[in-house]
Amino acid sequence: MSTITAPTSGAPSKPRNLVEMNWDPITRIVGSLGIFTKIDFENREVAECYSTSSIFRGYSIFMKGKDPRDAHFITSRICGICGDNHATCANYAQNMAFGIRPPGIAEWIVNLGEAAEYMFDHNIFQDNLVGVDFCELMVKETNPGVWEKAQRKPANGAKLHGFKTISEIMTALNPFTGSFYRETLQMSRMTREMFCLMEGRHVHPSTLYPGGVGTVPTVQLFTDYMVRLMKYVEFMKKVVPLHDDLFDFFYEALPGYEKVGQRRILLGCWGSFQNPDVCDYTYKNMAEWGKAMYVTPGVVVDGKAVTHSLVDINLNIRILLGSSYYDDWGNSETFVKHDPLGNPVDQRHPWNQTTVPRPQKRDFKGNYTWVMSPRWLDKRTGDHLALDTGGGPLARFWSTALAGLVDIGYVKATGHSVKIYLPKTAMLPETEFEWKIPQWSNTIERDRARTYFQAYSAAAALYFAEKAMKELNAGRTKTWTDFKVPDEAIGCGFHEAVRGVLSHHVVIREGKIANYHPYPPTPWNANPRDSYGTPGPYEDAVQNTPIFEENGPDKFKGIDIMRTVRSFDPCLPCGVHMYVGNGKTIKTIHSPLLGNQEQSGHQE
Amino acid sequence: MPDVVPYGRVTQRPSPVSDIHILWMTSGLSCDGDSVSVTAAMQPSIEDVVMGAIPGLPKVHLHNPVLSYEVGDDFLKYWYQAWEGKLEPFVLVVEGSIPNERIKREGYWAAFGTNPDTGQPITTNEWIDRLAPKALAIVGAGTCATYGGIHAMQGNPTGAMGLADYLGWDWRSKAGLPIVNVPGCPVQPDNFMETLLYLLYQVAGLAPMIPLDDQLRPIWLFGKTVHEGCDRAGYYEQGDFADYYGSPKCIVKLGCWGPVVNCNVPKRGWMAGIGGCPNVGGICIGCTMPGFPDKFMPFMDAPPGSHISAGTVGLYGRAVTALRGITNHTVNKEPKWRHPRAELTTGYRPRSY
Repeated sequence: MSTITAPTSGAPSKPRNLVEMNWDPITRIVGSLGIFTKIDFENREVAECYSTSSIFRGYSIFMKGKDPRDAHFITSRICGICGDNHATCANYAQNMAFGIRPPGIAEWIVNLGEAAEYMFDHNIFQDNLVGVDFCELMVKETNPGVWEKAQRKPANGAKLHGFKTISEIMTALNPFTGSFYRETLQMSRMTREMFCLMEGRHVHPSTLYPGGVGTVPTVQLFTDYMVRLMKYVEFMKKVVPLHDDLFDFFYEALPGYEKVGQRRILLGCWGSFQNPDVCDYTYKNMAEWGKAMYVTPGVVVDGKAVTHSLVDINLNIRILLGSSYYDDWGNSETFVKHDPLGNPVDQRHPWNQTTVPRPQKRDFKGNYTWVMSPRWLDKRTGDHLALDTGGGPLARFWSTALAGLVDIGYVKATGHSVKIYLPKTAMLPETEFEWKIPQWSNTIERDRARTYFQAYSAAAALYFAEKAMKELNAGRTKTWTDFKVPDEAIGCGFHEAVRGVLSHHVVIREGKIANYHPYPPTPWNANPRDSYGTPGPYEDAVQNTPIFEENGPDKFKGIDIMRTVRSFDPCLPCGVHMYVGNGKTIKTIHSPLLGNQEQSGHQE
Repeated sequence: MPDVVPYGRVTQRPSPVSDIHILWMTSGLSCDGDSVSVTAAMQPSIEDVVMGAIPGLPKVHLHNPVLSYEVGDDFLKYWYQAWEGKLEPFVLVVEGSIPNERIKREGYWAAFGTNPDTGQPITTNEWIDRLAPKALAIVGAGTCATYGGIHAMQGNPTGAMGLADYLGWDWRSKAGLPIVNVPGCPVQPDNFMETLLYLLYQVAGLAPMIPLDDQLRPIWLFGKTVHEGCDRAGYYEQGDFADYYGSPKCIVKLGCWGPVVNCNVPKRGWMAGIGGCPNVGGICIGCTMPGFPDKFMPFMDAPPGSHISAGTVGLYGRAVTALRGITNHTVNKEPKWRHPRAELTTGYRPRSY
């Protein structure tokens, strides 16, 4: 349900009956995000979408002057579901700035921890938060016709997951009472135990340090992890077919559903899981060790890879002010004029950003959010691309598949797909899944990729565990490399937070933090129209989305919009707003409240 | 048929309060990490409490934005009902530091929902002002809400503070309860759920007034130090200290503040007895404490006094204990810039507001 906001006025370019709708807050995400829409019920589509965020904390401000060794402890607190991704990314940046290389077993331990994080986080988000949008209660409320079909539709994977029809799957997803909902919630705990074995605590780890980990590698540590991992591997053999059945059914039951949340293929992935044999954390070799990561970094435009080099990725990041509550920093200090390879670094690069907050009234014609607009400059065209992360997994798979570099026995990138091999488990035989590059970057494919990436993480963890135990058995158990904090240094870390690209940029002067700017995935996905007028990915994906919900404006749930927003796995310690009225139509497309922009997200 | 009560049911008494609502705000300056953490709890789990798996409790209606089925106005209506006194009784859970909205001319630091009359966001502080007088109890989940935490660090731009700084340390609910603080960054999952369970027992008349210390923490959870529950304390007693991370010995010389920090995590583990901090190689950075983070930074340096205490264990036991007492007192105090006055005293000098 939603509320109608102020009546709108202005000269429409073409007459349409639009209803302004607002959901505030959007629940079942992490953080607050506001989405304001105008809906054309006659033509059954979203005409405009705006999102806004409601929190500012100021990390880049209060980190100034602090000890650079504290960066990972502090930045973990940016995010309450993937804080460890921040801590890890901060460690990567510290390692570069301090000039250190952790011992191999430390990297395997971190990889095992981060793999457990993906296994946990995708699992709880997909089946306890997103899944509710596909559950019996919701589908009955929004699309009784779909529920009818679901009761008659046999599930192909019934033998594996045990649900005979699609409707049985939907019932199992009902919050708190559904059997699969309850099983996944429990599974999210077991995966967090795996995480705690490697990184101490969830969600803000205790055992990560620049230079390595404090985790003590023992036979018991890896036994405890492996036993749980194999239970998860068996679970995946049911979960992947279950979601394939559910998502395929939506395409079939609602022809045209592929248009929901569809946008141009503009995907970014910053890579995940270091290969300690190659990664020395030097900037000079970054392009090389980036390509050795077990999820390949890359920028994918219209289905083609533009680059897989972390140096290219780094140099072309631009932070645009957009419509946010900050002062410009064009004339502020330039901290880093050239990168260590001699390439010029732009004033709008995170290394050179100065954050100056200016709180003010929210004005959709002017500034209306605490999030700036990160963009990636495509040197070929000069375009500032509004890359999205596809919620994380879609971009990771797409980039990894195209690069064709990962080949570790359990996982193989083919150039057009990614194959995932899961060995025999207690009750189920060995199984292979293949994620194939889809036709669309849309809501359903973002969600589908999430399930497949759970299997990918489990398969990769099997490899990491083998490598770690090899080190242990060879007696190479040192987990930490000592270091001294230099007086002057710069560093950058690239990682994949669960929901997509993550970078940390640090400048050290006189042994203290002079500048620090983290860029998590949600600012990339949830940002407003930028200085060039380019909309951010959420608005872009929601705008022109067809409406399949059977309810009219009076009982409108906005389910297709909700599924789209949640497909990006929003993580804004902030809120989503969407306004819907009680069915009152407003003949206009220009609103004094909304103006012409949208945005959202938290960044700091 | 005579109306005979089966023998077993004689022991079962319905709660004098049939229903209770839990309104959970994550819209302080937070990361939602406490909500996420609580989904890991198993003693009890959220499902145990919501589905009525524990005898004697009222029926619990949980309204938490991370887990709610409802969206938008369907979700917010409970907040409005509570404000109007139509959702009785309810417990308010607050997650995230409370920003100081009085240090600037306009705009907001943290908000939750949009005011239908103005089109402007409703600040988190406005909601707390509306709901605090009506709540049966207020619980701070995590160190941000309890004492200010990370976002109340020196040099912060928002003037962030904890609930008790905002409402007053001697605040009492209409039922006579002080603020209940469950600190931790994030909160240890079972610590939070157990505190909530205790309050539900109290509401049901099955437990006496919740025992809290002077920092408003449940005494049974925070009455001991990290060190007292740490399985590496034996190394400490032998004067055998780690000099590199990854060593299984006592890590007090590597930055662990365990001897002066009130927290049960090494004893309880992080979840299911697994994980923790110094017990598994992570230095204690004091994340449950009112003085967190400032009084523990830089985290990786040895705490002052640890050289003395670490080097002289056994010889100067009494002196060390006294020193620790002083330090424990110091880290149990918040820095002085956390206050609700209309001025920013964190050290950050805004040019733009």
